[in-house]
Amino acid sequence: MADEKCNVVEFKVQGQICQGTLGESLLSALRRHGFEVPSLCFHEAVSSYGACRLCLVEVKKGRRSKLTTSCNYPVQEGLEVQLDTDEVVRHRRIVLQLLLAAAPAAKAVRDLAARYGIEETPFVPRPEEDCIQCGLCIRICEAVGVNALGFAGRGVSKHATTPYEETSAACVGCGACADVCPTGCVKVVDADGFRTIERWHLKVPLTLCKTCGRGFAPEVHLTRMAGQAKLEIAHLANCPKCRGRAFAAEFRLP
Amino acid sequence: METRFHSVADLEAYRRQLQAVRGPDRKIVSVCAGTGCRACGARGLAEVFREEIAKSNLEVELRVTGCQGFCERSPVVVVQPQSIFYQRVKAIDVPEILTETVEKGTAIQRLLYTDSDGRTYEREQDVPFYRHQTRSLLAFNGQIDPDSIDDYIAVGGYAALGKVLQERKPEEIVDLILRSGLRGRGGGGFPAGVKWQSCRKAHAADGIRYILCNGDEGDPGAFMDCALMEGNPHLVLEGMILGAFAIGFPGQPKGYIYVRNEYPLAVERLTRAIEQARRCGLLGKGILGTELDFDILINKGGGAFVCGESTALMASIEGFVGEPRAKHIHTAEQGLFDKPTNLNNVETWANVPLIISRGLEWFTSIGTGDVSKDPWGGSKGTKIFALVGKVNNTGLVEVPMGSTLRHIIWDVGGGPPPGKKFKAVQTGGPSGGCLPESLLDLPVDFDRLTEAGSMMGSGGMIVMDESTCMVDLARYFLHFLADESCGKCVSCREGLAQLCAIVDRICKGEGREGDLELLKDLSTTVQTASLCGLGQTAANPLLSTMRYFEEEYISHIHEHRCSAKVCKTLIRYVIDDSCDGCMACNAQCGTKAIQGGKKARHTIDDSLCTRCGVCMDVCKRNAIHVES
Ligand SMILES: Cc1cc2nc3c(=O)[nH]c(=O)nc-3n(C[C@H](O)[C@H](O)[C@H](O)COP(=O)(O)O)c2cc1C
Ligand code: FES
Repeated sequence: MADEKCNVVEFKVQGQICQGTLGESLLSALRRHGFEVPSLCFHEAVSSYGACRLCLVEVKKGRRSKLTTSCNYPVQEGLEVQLDTDEVVRHRRIVLQLLLAAAPAAKAVRDLAARYGIEETPFVPRPEEDCIQCGLCIRICEAVGVNALGFAGRGVSKHATTPYEETSAACVGCGACADVCPTGCVKVVDADGFRTIERWHLKVPLTLCKTCGRGFAPEVHLTRMAGQAKLEIAHLANCPKCRGRAFAAEFRLP
Repeated sequence: METRFHSVADLEAYRRQLQAVRGPDRKIVSVCAGTGCRACGARGLAEVFREEIAKSNLEVELRVTGCQGFCERSPVVVVQPQSIFYQRVKAIDVPEILTETVEKGTAIQRLLYTDSDGRTYEREQDVPFYRHQTRSLLAFNGQIDPDSIDDYIAVGGYAALGKVLQERKPEEIVDLILRSGLRGRGGGGFPAGVKWQSCRKAHAADGIRYILCNGDEGDPGAFMDCALMEGNPHLVLEGMILGAFAIGFPGQPKGYIYVRNEYPLAVERLTRAIEQARRCGLLGKGILGTELDFDILINKGGGAFVCGESTALMASIEGFVGEPRAKHIHTAEQGLFDKPTNLNNVETWANVPLIISRGLEWFTSIGTGDVSKDPWGGSKGTKIFALVGKVNNTGLVEVPMGSTLRHIIWDVGGGPPPGKKFKAVQTGGPSGGCLPESLLDLPVDFDRLTEAGSMMGSGGMIVMDESTCMVDLARYFLHFLADESCGKCVSCREGLAQLCAIVDRICKGEGREGDLELLKDLSTTVQTASLCGLGQTAANPLLSTMRYFEEEYISHIHEHRCSAKVCKTLIRYVIDDSCDGCMACNAQCGTKAIQGGKKARHTIDDSLCTRCGVCMDVCKRNAIHVES
């Protein structure tokens, strides 16, 4: 039974009893219990969005059962969940074929499709494309409080971008977007003292490590961090590696 | 004159006063200035009436109204008390109307409506277009100047509100709407009472509940909500105030009307109506001297079709991009600004005052099914349709739920124009379905239409004849929806784009073996896996045309033939023996595709022809034909 005080709910997955907390997404709860559900647009760090449609499951609540995406479905007491029913798999395969046509240059898409035995798509491909418009870059950028990115356009023209497709004044080049990007289409390149994220029209100077001289983070990013942490910028003058070494050195016996 | 009503008694006294001076014999010239009539010069016409009346000594009221429905015959004018109906009225007709009809009461024959059999009708209620309708919502449009709250009060406006505030509890009103079986007119047909009940029951920490009206009306060709907002704004407001009482009292109900930006006149009329209602004590603090506080703000939409979807609409009011979200947590519990929210369509709200003033029995006597135990058990009341396409009488049509398509298209609509043969009717707007001749006796209600693979939608109804290609039609709607998809979810964004690509190639004669199966499989996924109603219904035009007109798809794919002779790559223009070589087509052809000199029979070089059809238009001997 549900424990109301702790907001714990109980539900069944393929007959097995599972627990979740109120407000938790079904997908998180499923994964916590070791069930495998594919996804491309979900990340624990940010809110669910429901774009890729891969996390489909069958949910029975009362007498009614339906297919739904699990990432944005809140766990509830008494749900009965089935994972890979014939219907779920049939639709997931078509969604994968659509994704394979939409972004054939994305390795993550090709790999996932291959796991479902899909090597080719019956649909008209856009050969160069490697972004699936999952919006994770936008959501992480919002979560770190920078808000440099957003969607522009509608229908197939919809795409994640910076305001007016120009360099965003807000972007600090932190690279969180690249970290969460499921297809690797956001590329961060550090070279010749600059950080470049071509997708966002960004080129900013890197701070050189006081100790090793390597460019390690954009100046604007460090300034922002120092401001947030109320630290002197001098505290961030070393790259993480050198900072670690210096810290370790304090503990070394002579 | 506007007075502030401090009580229901104040309002009723004022109404009696108005009605006393407005006897049934009053002379009125009512000029329709709805969308269709305005396009045909109704505003200028009204001005001429005003000037001529001023010049004359006639005691007659000029009333410029919202859409009266018979747009085909714009501009229309009705002269009271005889209810003489004039159509296609011009400025030069005005003096004669005043002297002959207003003064002497005689009808001017040439301005009367004549049907295709040559019969002429004098009174509005006898004109078949009106006679075959049941106009309970639209009936007011001809009796009201939308800018006059007095006109609305005189016909019984705000009486339902007065009655409710005086005698009824909020729960009773929710229950009444539940038992009336009123279902949402905005597309989904969800029982309004069920929605009201969950919103009333939802926990509202600070007492705030939002009462919203959806006036986004994004379906191309639809204008029923426009006609209500422009023609009778107070009816919509009264519905919302009643909703605020039923759903949000006691507490802090707050109202918004979301109107599409392309309806500036609706915005203007609603704005004025709201200001009037505030001054009269019908909106704001202490409505009619009771404890009910409620006000309404207008929010102009951004113009995207998807903004009509409930969650996208709420995002848009909040200032975000109009993108739908999953509704696993109902908006009745967490909607606008995360507060309990009740959204209804304009026409749904407009029904509320009538249900209350005329009673449950009246409402449930109209329509289909039995809703006494289950609000899903039928479709009650009337529905307004925007009847357009290949039909004699285009315009706004209000009929009881359950009327057959045949009744709407033939009795009211007058059937297809002479020489045209009915082929199909598209109901429910862009994501509705196409129904063939064999289903003309289908009763039009929420459930029958859905079973037939179409839907009620908001009430669009497009009649088509043999000159429409069903594959091309599906292609048109698919492209509309693909362009209007917000692009958030893969199944809708990519799925619709691929459906378009497949249907495009079929229309070009490049359809492949297996395309029909691919279309069906992909459609099912788009319907099942998509996040919002747009994707979930977008395949309807495709699936319904494949279901009822499959042979057209097959002939496009396998024979490269378009029987309606529409799909450009599948047709050829040819010149027959009757050509006398007059050179007219030759001179007009933009690509020099027509060969043959003077007096010599012409021929068309198919490789140069762009199928523009100009040659056919200019040929005096009808020697040019389209083949497929
Ligand atoms: C893509 C899409 C567009 C919609 N557009 C409209 C609209 O223009 N007007 C409207 O009233 N409802 C529209 N709806 C339906 C609304 O989501 C909602 O169901 C309705 O406004 C609720 O009111 P009702 O129950 O009174 O019909 C649309 C739905 C979808 C999925
Ligand atoms: S993870 Fe659920 S839709 Fe992408």
